[in-house]
Amino acid sequence: MAKLDKGNNRAGVSRRSVLKGGTATLVAGSGMLAAPMVWANNLKDITLQQVGPSYSVYPDIAAQASADLGFKIETQGAWTDALMARVVNQPETVDVADLEFWALSKVWRSKMLHAIETSKIKNWDKMIPLFREGKNFDGSDASRQGILPYEVLYVDGPGETSFAGGATDHATLVPTIYNADTLGIRPDLIGREINSWAELLNPEFAGKAALLNIPQIGIMDAAMAIEARGDFIYGDKGNMTKEEIDRTIDILIAAKKAGQFRAFWSSFDESVNLMASGEVIIQSMWSPAVTAVRTRGIDVSYAPLKEGYRGWGIGMGLMSHLEGLKLEAAYEYLNWILEGWQGSFMAKTGYYSSVPDTAKAALSAAERDFWYEGKPASEDIKDPFGGLQGSVGLVRDGGSFEDRIGNIACWNTVMDEERHMVKRWNEFISS
Amino acid sequence: MTNRSLKPYLEALPYALLLVLIVGVPIATLITISFWETDGLLLYPAFSFENYRELFTSSLTLTLYLDTIKFTLLTLFFSMIIGFTCSYFLVFFVKSLKVQIALFLLCTVPFWTSATIRMISWVPFLGKEGVFNSAVQGIGLTDTPLEFLLFSDFAVVLTYVHLFTLFMIVPIFNSMSKISPSVIEAARDAGANDFDILINIIIPLTKTGIALGSIFIVALVMGDFFVVRIMSGGQSASVVSAMKNEIDQLYYPQAAAAAVLLIAMVLIFVSLILRVVDIRTELAR
Repeated sequence: MAKLDKGNNRAGVSRRSVLKGGTATLVAGSGMLAAPMVWANNLKDITLQQVGPSYSVYPDIAAQASADLGFKIETQGAWTDALMARVVNQPETVDVADLEFWALSKVWRSKMLHAIETSKIKNWDKMIPLFREGKNFDGSDASRQGILPYEVLYVDGPGETSFAGGATDHATLVPTIYNADTLGIRPDLIGREINSWAELLNPEFAGKAALLNIPQIGIMDAAMAIEARGDFIYGDKGNMTKEEIDRTIDILIAAKKAGQFRAFWSSFDESVNLMASGEVIIQSMWSPAVTAVRTRGIDVSYAPLKEGYRGWGIGMGLMSHLEGLKLEAAYEYLNWILEGWQGSFMAKTGYYSSVPDTAKAALSAAERDFWYEGKPASEDIKDPFGGLQGSVGLVRDGGSFEDRIGNIACWNTVMDEERHMVKRWNEFISS
Repeated sequence: MTNRSLKPYLEALPYALLLVLIVGVPIATLITISFWETDGLLLYPAFSFENYRELFTSSLTLTLYLDTIKFTLLTLFFSMIIGFTCSYFLVFFVKSLKVQIALFLLCTVPFWTSATIRMISWVPFLGKEGVFNSAVQGIGLTDTPLEFLLFSDFAVVLTYVHLFTLFMIVPIFNSMSKISPSVIEAARDAGANDFDILINIIIPLTKTGIALGSIFIVALVMGDFFVVRIMSGGQSASVVSAMKNEIDQLYYPQAAAAAVLLIAMVLIFVSLILRVVDIRTELAR
């Protein structure tokens, strides 16, 4: 592949170098304070357009917020890739963007997002230390393999194109929901304990394993498996060198040729169908997909593995074209999000809130015990729409909130060598 | 005099403008951007052959095109056989015009639902625990489910043929029904058997239809990524699915270069077909 590699320095502009060398031009992108008196009156005419992936942006939440706040919030679904393109190319069509943290490393420097003043977010100080300080619950430093949200959460001020090293009073996003991902398995069809990522590449499951076909996440799951199997240790799974990418893809191509993989899924529903139909018995999976399979009465285990979880998080960003009253309304909305109603709604889809205290307060004791504390269900467990998730006695895979979120080994990411990675990934898929 | 010679141009003007607007401008944009540079977010106007150099030096491009061309040829082959046979039956075996039209409309019934639904409905049918495998195992033909049925090249080609054969039936049916029965009668009087008539009269006279159908199918299969993605279970890639991966990562110039290459390839295919059959004179016939 040597001849390909040269292609990567194409424009002579590597992404990270732009990020790091971002000039400190202080452009006043944020809307300045509007006259406070006017706003109660005109508030009802305001409509905020929120765009984000379907697992984060629910019309139900927007409807509740609109009722509570007195102005209108409209929602539109868009996956992160499509949303990034919109934020950059059609910023005026979005007011509030639900972006995954890794996406920030791509889109923040476009200056299309507003630097959020953390002092205006009431519950900012109640946010878990993982986001605010990059620390685990026990005070240890969180894993920085991949893009730890903390690394891209702060900027020095409005107009900054690079991220601040530590905590400041300006944030890129307000973290909302997050989770720890692991492998989904069909315990009924496997019949033994699965406790390592290495099982994904175990020939025992040849023709029954699946990987997700989103290059930057799929390769991380593969890397977890390769490292767990003991092939080699990565310097940083979330930011591989070219050699590491090549070795990983070579291993994957060999596995594919040997018939390891039944499918590569690209959307949530595909992963649900693969698992529910029994085509696949071990695969990368997301939490709501697991709940969706369970709703069909099929047992899926989403068990913790000894190497830890792959974590991800999403937050709400405000677009920099917001100003005056609309900007104030957007801040109101962000504050409302952290007040608990949204957190309790999301908890029932399996996701955690960045301010767990308010979310827990809004859940019933039984729900709180099941979703957050990892205790056996004392009553039937339902999703936010009333679908049955499990009956009395069910225990959440991986246990309590602290156990799960405290055990994240790597984060969803964008690599410096992304171009090379995507190209090699395409080779893997077409091999 | 000048008025007279201008008239045809004026008549063609609205079409020409429309064509420039909806075909010319997008393609010109595509070609322009294919020479630009990007850092994965912003586009930088430039005139660089780097995207093309990368495209032409990557073994991936060849693999992808070989795969896509394989799918195209297989689909062409099967849809041609099915399309020709169906049309042949409709035109030469069904005597009543009413029955003919009724049967022809029957061919279009599957097209009353969306292509996506027609495609997805193969999944539960072909799966490991699907209808077909349960049936085959039920009557004891095999013990283990046939895995090649789904998430395989077989499934991809099957779906293409199912989705696109009508595009072959319609033009072939059209050219076949133009064949005058007296020509066939004359051949029979001259002592030709059914096979001679098929080879020497019907096939030559329907090649316009075959060519038109082939153009549709080449364009549809080479431009597809959704069927490949779903029916191969992501196991195969096509030229466009690789392009989609580039677009998802915001590498627009690279995707644009790949798109320009694809357009060129499709044009080559189509011109090869046109070289075999001169559709314009045939249609004017």
